[in-house]
Amino acid sequence: MRSRIVSSIAVGAGALLFCVAGSYAANKLDGQDFTQVERGRYLATAADCTGCHTIPERGRPFAGGRAIETPFGNIISPNITPDPETGIGNWSDDDFDRALRKGVRSDGSMLYPAMPYTSYTKMSRDDVMAIRAFLSTVPAVRTQAPPNTLPFPFNIRAAMRVWDALYFTEGEFKPDPQKSADWNRGAFLVQGPAHCGACHTPKSFLGGDKTADYLRGSYLQGWFAPNITNDARRGLGGWSVDDIATYLKTGHNRVTAATGPMAEEVALSSSQMTDGDLKAIATYLKSIDGGQDNPAPVRADDPAMVAGQAIYRDVCSACHGIDGHGVPQLFPSLADSSMVRSDDSTTLIRIILRGARSVATKDEPTSPAMPSFAWQLDDAKVAAVVTYIRNAWGKPAPAVAADVVGKARTDLQPRTD
Amino acid sequence: MARKLPKKDVVIIGLGWTGSIMAHELTDAGLDVIAIERGPWRDAPTEFPPSYAQDELRYRIRHELFLRPDQTTFTFRNKMSETALPIRTWGAFMPPNGVGGGGVHWNAETWRFLPSDFVLRTHLTERYGASFLPDDMTIQDWGVTYDDLEPHYDAFEYLCGTSGTAGNLKGQIKDGGNPFEGPRSRPYPTPAQKQGYGHTLWAKAARELGYKPFPQPSGNMSQAYTNPLGLRMGPCTYCGFCEWFGCGNYSKASPQTTILPVLIRKSNFSARDNSEVTRINTDSSGKRATGVTFVDSQNQEWEQPADLVILAAYSMFNVQLLLLSKIGQPYDPTANTGVVGRNFTHQAMSSVDGFFDKSKFNFNPFIASGAIGMCIDEFNGDNFDHGPLGFVGGGYLGQVQTNGRPIETTPVPSGTPKWGAQWKKAVADYYLSSLKGGSIHASMYSYRDVYLDLDPTYKDRFGRPLMRMTIDFHDNELKAAAYLTDKYADIVKAMGAEKVDKSPRKGSYDVTKYQTTHLNGGAIMGADPKTSALNRYLQSWDVSNLFVLGASAFPQNAGYNPTGTVAALTFWAAAAIRNQYLKNPGPLVHA
Repeated sequence: MRSRIVSSIAVGAGALLFCVAGSYAANKLDGQDFTQVERGRYLATAADCTGCHTIPERGRPFAGGRAIETPFGNIISPNITPDPETGIGNWSDDDFDRALRKGVRSDGSMLYPAMPYTSYTKMSRDDVMAIRAFLSTVPAVRTQAPPNTLPFPFNIRAAMRVWDALYFTEGEFKPDPQKSADWNRGAFLVQGPAHCGACHTPKSFLGGDKTADYLRGSYLQGWFAPNITNDARRGLGGWSVDDIATYLKTGHNRVTAATGPMAEEVALSSSQMTDGDLKAIATYLKSIDGGQDNPAPVRADDPAMVAGQAIYRDVCSACHGIDGHGVPQLFPSLADSSMVRSDDSTTLIRIILRGARSVATKDEPTSPAMPSFAWQLDDAKVAAVVTYIRNAWGKPAPAVAADVVGKARTDLQPRTD
Repeated sequence: MARKLPKKDVVIIGLGWTGSIMAHELTDAGLDVIAIERGPWRDAPTEFPPSYAQDELRYRIRHELFLRPDQTTFTFRNKMSETALPIRTWGAFMPPNGVGGGGVHWNAETWRFLPSDFVLRTHLTERYGASFLPDDMTIQDWGVTYDDLEPHYDAFEYLCGTSGTAGNLKGQIKDGGNPFEGPRSRPYPTPAQKQGYGHTLWAKAARELGYKPFPQPSGNMSQAYTNPLGLRMGPCTYCGFCEWFGCGNYSKASPQTTILPVLIRKSNFSARDNSEVTRINTDSSGKRATGVTFVDSQNQEWEQPADLVILAAYSMFNVQLLLLSKIGQPYDPTANTGVVGRNFTHQAMSSVDGFFDKSKFNFNPFIASGAIGMCIDEFNGDNFDHGPLGFVGGGYLGQVQTNGRPIETTPVPSGTPKWGAQWKKAVADYYLSSLKGGSIHASMYSYRDVYLDLDPTYKDRFGRPLMRMTIDFHDNELKAAAYLTDKYADIVKAMGAEKVDKSPRKGSYDVTKYQTTHLNGGAIMGADPKTSALNRYLQSWDVSNLFVLGASAFPQNAGYNPTGTVAALTFWAAAAIRNQYLKNPGPLVHA
């Protein structure tokens, strides 16, 4: 029943894109209207509001308090339950809309872009009001989030005016009539509520998007969020639309599995989106050019390749196979994995050093995990095996040096899994 | 004073194979289920990752995955006239501990018992006459038949992805499989595993002697498999670290790989680990269970009320909890009355080692899986004429060498010095060119003086009497062991062994030498409440809202590993609960 409701809403939302909406106020829905609340729930899921605004396992949805790591310090998510004093119960609809789509708080101060208003601005006011209607239905929790831990000068919110001038383009998503409905729906979701670029688009030294490298992968929080353009070597060029949709729905596909922050995204957000929306996202991502780049392969007789092959066969091949193809949906295919060939090998090195647990979903409950090899392989050995798996099965990638592994090992020390 | 927890529909004692299967079935039926497990939570990739799980010293020698005898143990004696003493180091068997139970460390041999095994007394009496059986042999029929259990064997095999070659498909005998097996409704879910050189040569020799060898049915995957719950398994890598070890490679069927990831996602399932159930509580009539009492790791006592109690611990602990909870009449071997503790059995394992010319034979014994191997069933159950032999029972014979692990694998021919240069040379000579411990997996039938009761002297950490094992081999089993060992040795000679060392099971039952962990009986199923503790649905005759799962229900052992039958009985009991009991709670059989 639920899935039928959701898909009809998705179709409705898609259709809205092509309407020139009249004044929202003229036909404003009652805040308790089921259709609006349910649409808001779906958009809040697609926007993964809970990812930042709920502390996992605490049992207080949207009560905030979760620390969001940024390169500038930790930002603590606020309480967005309807509690009038500590939440957003006293906010007007305009306050809420301004926060989501303009990055301005109810008191007029500026939000930090850890709150992805830079993406949410693509939503319509109706979308945002639906989210508000949904958030009004969750239990109010009285709790004051602790203050942020940003150092000077980042603790000066007014400075965000300059940042916004540099990096924020306000405005609703405008469909491209030359493209398919799927493409437009996907573009709206990716650029808007799903805010994929927040992790996957490289950032400037001020944390703004490098728009020329849109969705070409970015380091964050001890991971490298990979290139999700159609780039054949480093991106999703080798994936079909179905591969992408299956990954977003189940956390697993024939090539790889979601771990780290993406595992959380799949569990909380994309696994709960409709198949149609996931296909739309995939259709859009497949249309994005990732640039061209064909590095020379590392020679098979390179000492790192020789050592790497021996290590690979000894400790990796039991699961991933001598041929690097693994087992679909269970052990990732390193031969086909673009993450393996990423320019930034942070994630690959991290998984070898720390191990990783893939996400469990209703459709793929196995949640297979890879063990840690930090105690077994020193920096040179990790570098050798990384270099080997980046070059053994075609579509080569540059060698990785031992000191890169050493730096990653140091960087990982204080991090929890 | 125990603190009382909110009532549940079902409380399950123990979260091994049987507890996990039952929890899955009853949560699917919509019931609110809690499992209480004595040992720790065990998650496959976390607890036994392939990066260090292959640690022979840690797991095989130091027993990492097993119950610690100082947590609780058993007392042991051979004869009723002796005084039993506590077992302080595990030897003859390995009591499991923790989530997954024995399903974590088993080899994953996944057999079905023979149709005649379930009607054993009737079958043997009809064929040989009642006087053929020893007077004190207490074997009996199970109250269920192979045909009753077939769909449930099938369910377990498909849950596990069992690898094998069918020998009897809907009554049609198939080449390459076991021609003696009962008819199966469909083939194994995955093809048989690949076999090593030693296994293959043994099968060739067996075939030349006129036998029909077949691959051992294996819960180690021959290929990737997705089970009906949507859980995925990977192909076995033949690493040789299976029995005694957990598999973090997703290659061995276990509760962790086949059930638990789905079970823990269900909102109507919960579990408490590191919590030991100390008794099953009953109401004042003694006819109805009201729940269980358990103690957590902080030594706090809790009461968990429930409408239905599932006892799913290791076989001997099932019997102990029944006795401590005063459910069912305790067995008295002198008066031959009572049922709880009756028909306790183990296994009668024998073996044959073969030593070959190292210039011609290289078996690479380290390439193996837990349930690898080729077997013959010509000498199992009543597949052969016992009339002239003077014994009953038998077992499968198999070249099932599961490893070449360095600490355990030092095969030397008999007569070699126990240490020094000659011993070292013999080990080096034969490591690759010998076959160790060929398996003669024989039945042990039940006897009046082999039983379980509460020890009069020794107590556990809670002050409860320990379970006392009184167990010895009888002539019937020793005769069978000698006969089967000779048959096995003939095959090893036919392979071309230079030297064959036979080790038939002899003498008194020895609690220090490993046989198997297949201890059975003590709370057996049957058709008559005077001779069984449970009815044919594993429901207590005395307390109808209590079901007792596991090998404790076997009236006697068969010549196979028990897990397939333990699991089939669990699915069978679950079906009875779902289809009959829940609609009309009460006794499912009126005696």
